[in-house]
Amino acid sequence: MKNEKLYNYILGIADNNLILGQRLGELCGHGPNLETDIACTNISLDLLGQVRSFYQYATKVEGQDKTEDDVAMLRTEREYLNVLLVEQPNTDFAYTIARQFLFDVYHLLFLQELQKSNDFTLVAIANKSIKEVSYHLRFSSDWIKRLGDGTQTSHQKIQQAIDDLWTYTDELFHQTETDKIMVEHGIGVDVTKLRDTYYVQVGEVLAEATLQVPESKYFQKGGKHGIHTEHLGYLLSDLQYMQRTYPNMKW
Amino acid sequence: MMIAKNIDKRFISILEQVSDPEIPVLSIIDMGVVRSAVIVNDIVKVEITPTYSGCPAMDVIGDDIQKALKDAGYNSEIDLILHPAWTTDWITLRGRKALEDYGIAAPLDAEADKDVLLNQKRLVKCPQCKSTNTKLVSQFGSTACKAQFQCEDCQEPFDYFKCLK
Repeated sequence: MKNEKLYNYILGIADNNLILGQRLGELCGHGPNLETDIACTNISLDLLGQVRSFYQYATKVEGQDKTEDDVAMLRTEREYLNVLLVEQPNTDFAYTIARQFLFDVYHLLFLQELQKSNDFTLVAIANKSIKEVSYHLRFSSDWIKRLGDGTQTSHQKIQQAIDDLWTYTDELFHQTETDKIMVEHGIGVDVTKLRDTYYVQVGEVLAEATLQVPESKYFQKGGKHGIHTEHLGYLLSDLQYMQRTYPNMKW
Repeated sequence: MMIAKNIDKRFISILEQVSDPEIPVLSIIDMGVVRSAVIVNDIVKVEITPTYSGCPAMDVIGDDIQKALKDAGYNSEIDLILHPAWTTDWITLRGRKALEDYGIAAPLDAEADKDVLLNQKRLVKCPQCKSTNTKLVSQFGSTACKAQFQCEDCQEPFDYFKCLK
């Protein structure tokens, strides 16, 4: 019972990495310029590296014959537990950066708390990841400021992206039943406690970028329970194509 | 920086033959990714740690270690460990020199690194002409561990190995 909960808890953390990593990977060869192209794929690589550690641990916890590839590639849409924010498409560069920034602030706060878990493996992965994620946050914050405080067009576009993606931010702090049990066991992070700090930190960067904090209090959630936006299905068909077409293929 | 303590002396010279495929001049010993190498029941147990989580070189490094030890007559097992996390402080002095000779600027200390990457200060020394009149081109480079720079004196572009603490 506890193992099943822990397994689901790990997926809840890791699926965010996988899906965001895939989204950023889509930019390979399509970034607005060479440097940002390389940056986005580098961040993608960090996220996918972290997700391997999580999935390897998850399969160990589950104790069946599954491999990390099975977990990553062979689940159905409803079985992915990532938040809605990370599956949102690369509408334009402003959306890519806004999505990244809104996730990075959360990601860093989350990992800082995960470092206090009593699960040694989760702590080790958090310790490793946190160095990489601080760098991601520097990159995305920097771009928020450059676009916000840039030209009239860049300002308008990044404000639009922030406004549109804002509706997915509150879900980050939604606690599932699994989360609750993991917090009780001293393993999981109480995400509800991160909310205030998150909005303060986001607000500071937006202010510096001369951007408005959206006032809307209408929020979407569902990803943590497997209920996704229409975008995830398309993303998965791309992600899973090779394994579905050539079952059990290996590199 | 010293080589990790738990490496049995007789394996050091064997492991020094293995290098990071992305940076062939730098042995994995000088890189600091080998955390221990001890013999247990006739099998060499080697613990390595990734520089970055997604470093695609780790699988190759693991295979190369096994091959090098096999050639020297040892069977081995590789264990990938995440704790304690790798830091650029584990690159040896000889490793830093090898990086510079290869054309990659070695990592600065954490404060200076921040000044360079965030505040565009000119502190990184060009591996070609040694000038510090260098500018950041991109915070990310050809591999996860590097950033791209250009020297404003000799105009050469080069990689800078980012500080990771």
